[in-house]
Parts: sequence; C-alpha cells; structure tokens
Amino acid sequence: MEGDIVQMGAYIGAGLACTGMGGAAVGVGHVVGNFISGALRNPSAAASQTATMFIGIAFAEALGIFSFLVALLLMFAV
Amino acid sequence: MAEEAGTGLVFHPMEPFKIHSLFGGEIHWYTPTNATLWMFIGILAISLLFIVGTRGRAIVPSRVQSVAELAYGFVHKMVEDVAGKDGLKYFPYIFTLFLFIVFANFLGLIPMAFTPTSHIAVTGLMAMAVFISVTVLGFMKNGAGFLGLFWVSSAPLALRPLLAVIEVISYFVRPVSHSIRLAGNMMAGHAVMEVFAAFAPLILVSAIGVAVTPLSVLAIVAMYALEMLVAFVQAYVFTILTCVYLKDALHPGH
Repeated sequence: MEGDIVQMGAYIGAGLACTGMGGAAVGVGHVVGNFISGALRNPSAAASQTATMFIGIAFAEALGIFSFLVALLLMFAV
Repeated sequence: MAEEAGTGLVFHPMEPFKIHSLFGGEIHWYTPTNATLWMFIGILAISLLFIVGTRGRAIVPSRVQSVAELAYGFVHKMVEDVAGKDGLKYFPYIFTLFLFIVFANFLGLIPMAFTPTSHIAVTGLMAMAVFISVTVLGFMKNGAGFLGLFWVSSAPLALRPLLAVIEVISYFVRPVSHSIRLAGNMMAGHAVMEVFAAFAPLILVSAIGVAVTPLSVLAIVAMYALEMLVAFVQAYVFTILTCVYLKDALHPGH
C-alpha cells in the first residue's frame, strides 16, 4: 500500500516534470523566431549568425532536457 | 513498465538502451558489449572514410574524398570562426569529437542498432574531458588571469560579486549540461519512436487500430526524419560549444 502511494507520487511527479519541457519549447521558439525576424530584415548578415543561434538554442534546450532527466529519474531510479 | 494486460500492447521505450554482453556472461569493464561494438563500428567507419578519402589526393576529388574534405572544411571553419586562429592548434581533438558523435548518432539510427551517445556514461566522459582540458589550458595560457572569466568587468561594481557567484556556478554546470544535452536528445527521440512503434500492432487486437496503426506508422516516419536532423544538429552543438569553451580559455574576460 505504502509502496503504491510512493510509486503513484513518482509517476505524478514525472508527469509534472514534463511540463518543464514546454518552457524549453517556448525558449527555443523564441530564439529561432527572433533569429528569423532579424534575418529577414538583413539577410546578408544572417549566415554569419547561425552559429550564435544554435548556441542560443542549445542553452534554452538544455533546461528542457533537465526536466526530461528528472522525469526519467522519477520513473526508473526513485 | 506499464503493460496493458489483455490488449497485447507492450510498452518498452527504454529497451533499446539496455547494455548486454555480446557473448553472454557478466559485464566487466573489459567485456565486449553492444555499446562497445557500435562505438567500434563507428570508429571503423570514420577510419575507412578518411583512409579511402585521402588515398587518392586527386585535384578533382572522388566522391569519398569530397565527403572527407567537406567534413574537414566544415569543422575547420567552425573552429576558426568561433575559437579564433590560435584555437586551430586544438582542431584535431575537436574534429575527432565531432566525427565520433556524428557517426555514433547516425549509426544509431539504423534499426536494431545501438546508440552509444544515448548513454550519459559516454557523453559525460567526453564532456568531462573537454571541461578538464579547457580549464587546465586556461590556467596554463593566462595564469591567474583566467579567473577574470568570472569577474564581469563591464557590469556595475556593486553587482560584480553576485555575478561572480553566478558565473562560477554556470561554469561548473557546463559539463553537466554539455553531456546531458546530447544523451537526452538521442535517448528522447529513440524512446518516442519506440512508443509509437508499440502502438503500431494495435490493428491486430482491436478495431480502433484501423485508425491508430497508420497514424503511428506515419508518426514513426516523421520522427525518423526529425531524428536525422537532430543527430546532426546535436553533434554540431556539442562541437560548437566545445569551441566556445575553448575560446573562453584562450581569451578570458568579457
């Protein structure tokens, strides 16, 4: 019984942790959206800034991956 | 994990990430496993590409040679652009990292294959190697001046101690995010495909499968296409972040 409650809590927690991925989605979308709106204003400068965009995406995405990791830990490790 | 009794649906999204010994028996550090097998296949493929690619050294390159040249030029330009001219001394190591990750990611997309980069043990080792070598390099090149990386001289004086604490924390989180980003991306994509694959045989057991099965097969195809992109982008991101860290070590200060 007690173990069942603990497992239920772990599953609920894993589901809640996944909402963090939505934040990462917003962040990545924000980075790329701003990059494209900038690139359409000045297309000649866009190619030199794609690396910066990918670095920005990577930082925003890392936090979403952390929440995925928390979900995995709750599912399989706790 | 969750198995729906009676419907025949079986969900094992983490099944492809299990490490097992190739010849049976217990796993020790020297045991050949599926992980080491696919790492070895990746290294073999890289060696083959570059040995065959550089054998001819023709002025008009053959197909293999132009692929090798393309990869070389791509990473060479990335290191030069991000880390600067003096970062080119470390180009061989960064190129090795890039090739290993790219080949591990793409070979892992072959059905039934194993993706070594989906394990934090593999990516963590690479990230720690980058972190330690970059830190040592920074102190060797700049001495105590490397600590200027944490002292944001462009910020107001009152804010600088607080920013220094944040900078130190973010510096030490680097290897964690560096490794988990790659492993998490590879694992998540494969697990999603695995979940859709578990829905595919629904047509055999239930009438609702007429609608669900084609959808899930289509979803697997779409995810596979996305994974092709992700496999390359994650290798690119890992490499470019290595270049950024290298630039920080060579030229600290903001």
